[in-house]
Amino acid sequence: MNPMRCLIGCVLLLAVQLAAAGPKIERWQTPSGARVLFVESHSLPILDVQVDFAAGTAREADGKAGSAALTHALLDLGVPGMDETQIASRLADLGAKLSGGVDMDRASVALRTLSMADKRGPALDLLRQILGQPLFPNDAFERERARTVAALKEALTRPDAIASKTFWAAIYGAHPYARQATPESVSALERSDVIDFHASNYNAQRATIAIVGDLSRAEAEALAADLSLAMPAGKPAEALAEPALPSGGERRIAHPAAQAHLLLGLPTIRRGDPEFFPLLVGNYSLGGGGFVSRLMKEVRDKRGLAYSVQSYFHPLGQLGPFQIGMQTKKEQADEALRVTREVLATFLSQGPSEAELLAAKQNLIGSFPLRLDSNRKILENVALIGFYDLPLDYLDRYQENIERVTVERVRAAFSRVLRPGQMVTVVVGGE
Amino acid sequence: MPAACTDTCKFYQKPPMTMRYARMIHLLLILVLSGPAMAETYEHRLANGLRVIVKEDRRAPTAVHMVWYRVGSMDETSGSTGVAHVLEHMMFKGTPSVGPGEFNRRVAAAGGRDNAFTSRDYTAYFQQVPKERLPEMMQLEADRMRHLTLDENEFSQEIKVVMEERRLRTEDQPQALLFERMSAMAFQSHPYRVPIIGWMSDLESMTAADARDWYERWYAPNNAYVIVVGDVEHQAVFRLAEQHYGQLSARTLSARKPQIEPAQAGLRRLVVKAPAELPIVMMAYKVPVIRDLERDIDPYALEMLSAVLAGHEAARLSRNLVRQQRLAVDAAASYDSTSRGPGLFYLYGSPSEGKTRTEFEAGLRAELALVQRDGVAADELARAKAQLIAAQIYKLDSMFAQAMEIGQLESVGIAHAQHRRMIDKLQAVSAEQVQDVARKYFVDDVLTVAELDPQPLPRAPRARSPFVGRH
Repeated sequence: MNPMRCLIGCVLLLAVQLAAAGPKIERWQTPSGARVLFVESHSLPILDVQVDFAAGTAREADGKAGSAALTHALLDLGVPGMDETQIASRLADLGAKLSGGVDMDRASVALRTLSMADKRGPALDLLRQILGQPLFPNDAFERERARTVAALKEALTRPDAIASKTFWAAIYGAHPYARQATPESVSALERSDVIDFHASNYNAQRATIAIVGDLSRAEAEALAADLSLAMPAGKPAEALAEPALPSGGERRIAHPAAQAHLLLGLPTIRRGDPEFFPLLVGNYSLGGGGFVSRLMKEVRDKRGLAYSVQSYFHPLGQLGPFQIGMQTKKEQADEALRVTREVLATFLSQGPSEAELLAAKQNLIGSFPLRLDSNRKILENVALIGFYDLPLDYLDRYQENIERVTVERVRAAFSRVLRPGQMVTVVVGGE
Repeated sequence: MPAACTDTCKFYQKPPMTMRYARMIHLLLILVLSGPAMAETYEHRLANGLRVIVKEDRRAPTAVHMVWYRVGSMDETSGSTGVAHVLEHMMFKGTPSVGPGEFNRRVAAAGGRDNAFTSRDYTAYFQQVPKERLPEMMQLEADRMRHLTLDENEFSQEIKVVMEERRLRTEDQPQALLFERMSAMAFQSHPYRVPIIGWMSDLESMTAADARDWYERWYAPNNAYVIVVGDVEHQAVFRLAEQHYGQLSARTLSARKPQIEPAQAGLRRLVVKAPAELPIVMMAYKVPVIRDLERDIDPYALEMLSAVLAGHEAARLSRNLVRQQRLAVDAAASYDSTSRGPGLFYLYGSPSEGKTRTEFEAGLRAELALVQRDGVAADELARAKAQLIAAQIYKLDSMFAQAMEIGQLESVGIAHAQHRRMIDKLQAVSAEQVQDVARKYFVDDVLTVAELDPQPLPRAPRARSPFVGRH
C-alpha cells in the first residue's frame, strides 16, 4: 500500500467514523439507592440484566481471603422454597442463564433470558431471590468450600497461576488488592463468614444494575425497583486507599514445566483517569495491538521466542496494574526478558513513532463499531460505565478522545506511570 | 490475541464441549426469524467452484468474513503431523504483493480483528470489520488463497513459535496431554489419533517444503467456501466475490483415502503421569455421528443424552456425582454429532479429595447404568430441549457465532439449509430412543479410559513467601 495514499485515505476515514456514537444509555437511581443504566433494544427477543456489587476481594475482612468468591458461588444454591437443584432446573426450563464473576472491585451476577413475559417474569423472580435472600445452606457451603480448596491446590501446581499470584502479591504489598485466597485461608472459612460478607456488601447502595434488551423504559424502571427492593438499602462502599508503589525487584521460582512464565509490571492508573487514552493508544504500539505490536514483532516474529506476548493496562477503582506477560521455553527465559526490557526502555524514552501512532488510532477508532455490535458487548460496556461512574457520554466521546492523543502525550503518560525502578519481574520456570 | 487456533485449543485441550446443542432451532425461533430485518441466508457458486454463503444481519454496521478450507489435521500423513496448523500460521507470512506481517497490519488499519483456527476437519480464517472494509478483506484472502510466498526464513522463525504453542497448550497442560494420549489410543488407524498441533518430533523435522506441498495440494477455490455475516446486501457480496475470488482457477484436488478405523474389541486403558494436584478420569465410547441426516436416529438421541447428563448445573452428572454424593469436584459429558471422522462420547472429571480414580469411574459408570436400566424422565428431556431452543436464539446476538455455525455444518458436508431438518430431528427424539442408545453404545468393548496420575512438583514453590526487593 502506498503510504501517502494511506495517510490521506485514513484521515478521511477517521473523519467519517468519528461521527459514530454509542448506544443511547438512560441512567437513574432507584428509591433505595441502586444506580441503573438501561439500553433499550428490541431487535432480538432477549433481555440481559447484570448487577454489580462493590463486593470484590478488596472488601474481604482480614484473614478471610476467599470469602468474596465463595459468597458469590453460593448465591444460587438455595433460596426460600427452593434448593439448588430446583433453582438450576427452573432456569434451564426457562432457557435462562446465570453467569458472573468476582474481581478485586466487583462481584457480578448476570442473567440472560428470553424477553417474553412468561419467560422473563419467572427468571427475574429467581434473580431477585438469589440476590436478596440466599440461604447459604450448610451442606452446599461445605461442599463448595472443599471444591474451592481443591481448585486452589490444583492452581498452585501450574506455572501460570503461580506466576500470577506471585505477581499480584508483589505489586500490591499490603494493599487489599494483594489479598488472595489460599487453600489454608479458604479451609478456615465458616458459613458465618459468608453470611457476614453478603450482609455487609450485597445491598442496594453498593449495587449497579445494567439492563440491555427487549424492554420498555417503564418496564425497566419497575424491574430495577423490584430488584433493589429485594435487598437491604445498606451503606455505600468506602473508598479504598491508594496502593504504595513497589520498589522493583525480581522474583524467580523454580518449576518443572517446559516453559517459563514471565510477568513484568506495577500498579498504574484508576478507572476514569484522563490519561487512560494516551496509555491505551501507546500500549497498542507497545504490546496491546496483537500481531502488530513491537513486543510481538521482536519477541515472536523476529526471534520465535514465544507464542504469545502482550501488555495491557487494567484500570480499577484504585490504581490497577500494567502488565507484560509471555511464556517461553525455559532455557531462553533470560533472552526473552532481555529483549522485552529493551523494547520497553526504547519505548519509554522515545514513545511511538508518528506512523505507529496513526496505526494505533486507525485501529482503535476504526474498530469502535466492533466493540458494540451485540447486546452482550453493549452490556459489558454499560455495566463498566455504571459501576465506575464514568460519564454517560463515555462511548460517544471514545473515538474523539483517542483522536486527540499525540506522541508527546503518550510519552508523558508512560513516563509518569511506568517507572522502571518500580517495575516488578516474576519468572516461574527452570531451576 | 495470539495467532491461530481457537478450534485447535477446543479440540486438544479438552473434548469438544456441549456447545453444539446450540445448533437447534424450534418453532419459537422460526417465528423470530420471520420478523422484519432478521437474518436471511443466500448462496452463490462461482465458476471456479468457490461457494459464497451470505447471511444478512443488520443489527450493527459490522461484518464477519470467513474463508473455510476443507482440509484439517485428519488429512495429514505420518511424519508430517501438524502441517495443516503450521500452514495456517504461514498464511500470515506474506505473498508477492502483501509482505510478511502486512496482512495483520492492513486488517488492523481497517479497524478489524483477525485470526484463524485449525481443527481435525477444516482450516478457517476470519476477519471482523466495519462493513465498509469488507472488499479489502476479500482482496487479501483471495490473494493468499493462491499466491503465498512461504519464505524459508519466515518458516524457520514461525516453526519455533508453533513449538512454543505446543509447549504452552499441550506439554504443560495435564488435561490436554491426557486428551492427546487418549486420542492416540482410542484411534489406532484413523488420523483422529494425531494431535492437531502435531507431534513435537514432526514439528522439529518439518521444512518449508512440507508446508508448500500442503498448500499446493489443498488451497484452491474449489476446496473452499466463503461466509459473510453482517450488515451487507447479498447481491453486492456476490459481486465482490466474483471480482476478487473469481479470477482464481480451480485445481485438481488429491484423492482422500478413507482410513477407516477397525472395530474396537475390548477395553483400552492408559495412565499418564504429569505434575498436578487433581487426578482426571476421561472415558470415551465409540459412537456414530450423522452420516444420513434424514435416516439417522442415534446421533440425535446421543446429543439429547449428553444434554440430560451434563447440559446444566442440575443435570445428572453434576447433581448426583458432584452435589449429592460429593464424589467429584467436576463431572461432565460431551458429544459432537457432526464430524468428518468417527465419533466419541466423552465422560470426564476429577474425583474429590479422598476419593480415588476408581471410585470416580465407578460413579460415572453407575450413572450410565441408571440410564440403561430406567431411561430418562420426560421433564429431563423437555428441559434439555428448552435449553437448546434458547441457546439458538442467544446465538443470534453474535454474528461470529452464526458464521461459525454455518461453517462447521458445511465442513462435514451438511448444507446450512438443512439446519432446520436437524432441529426437527432433535426435537423428535423420544425418551425411549435415549435409553436405546445408552444400551447400544455404552459397552466396555468400545471404551477407552484415560487416567491422569498427578505427580507432586519436585519442590513445592513458595509462591506466597514475602517478595524480595520491596520496602
